[in-house]
Amino acid sequence: MVYLTRKCEFSASHYYHNPEFTEEENRRVFGKCANLNGHGHNYTLEVTVKGEVDPTTGFVVDLKNLKDILNREVVDALDHRHLNKEVPEFANQVPTTENLTIAIWKRLESHLRPARLHRVRVYELPDLFVDFYGET
Amino acid sequence: MKAHLTRRYIFSASHRLHSDELTEAQNLAVYGKCNSPYGHGHNYALAVTVSGQVDAKTGMICNLAELDETVRRQVLDRFDHVNLNLCSEFQDAVPTTENLSAVIFQILQQNFSAAHLEKVRLEETAMNSFEYSGS
Repeated sequence: MVYLTRKCEFSASHYYHNPEFTEEENRRVFGKCANLNGHGHNYTLEVTVKGEVDPTTGFVVDLKNLKDILNREVVDALDHRHLNKEVPEFANQVPTTENLTIAIWKRLESHLRPARLHRVRVYELPDLFVDFYGET
Repeated sequence: MKAHLTRRYIFSASHRLHSDELTEAQNLAVYGKCNSPYGHGHNYALAVTVSGQVDAKTGMICNLAELDETVRRQVLDRFDHVNLNLCSEFQDAVPTTENLSAVIFQILQQNFSAAHLEKVRLEETAMNSFEYSGS
């Protein structure tokens, strides 16, 4: 089993707001992130896939295919977007880095065969990142 | 859905690696330059990883401000800009980064209950890092 990690970047805006909370609760739970005018980040995405090395190609996964999949499923959909307003996953859930990481996993999971998705890591800042391994 | 969140912090401290159970010659042989009598310092980068279910209402594993506050109060205020050899935690242990990682893990485990503490990673320099997950 070999693990391969590919990195890419996208920039997006968001705010944190739960309509079930009062304004006071939103401010208390989400702090500055509750500002409805939004703010943005340069996100770094690391996608780790795992699989057996194909004896003919020597690849776990074709890197060009992986790059195309990341661009199509993630970067084109999220880069320079407002996550709350333009990305369907966040119509009804808060676009925290936790939820964003899980949403990216779901976007990628079915496209990587015969390799399997091992980990999705999303850096919101250089000093803050979330990992998701597909655990329920 | 269970996710892992990692937050990174920086602190600076000095230390001297020296064991009272070793002779002067043994200390020098084991610790080399780190045994220099007046100590030396590092900028430590601490990465704290917690895990838990993502709360459906908040979209968060835990409140980051709460984690930051706990790390600031319990770890950074204690170890930033101090001589580790003088800290109570190192009166009977050499302040290696191995021991410091374990001490920080134990401090956070006792003081942070909003999510499961998975791992503490401590970078002593860009070339050296240590991880402790509680066993």
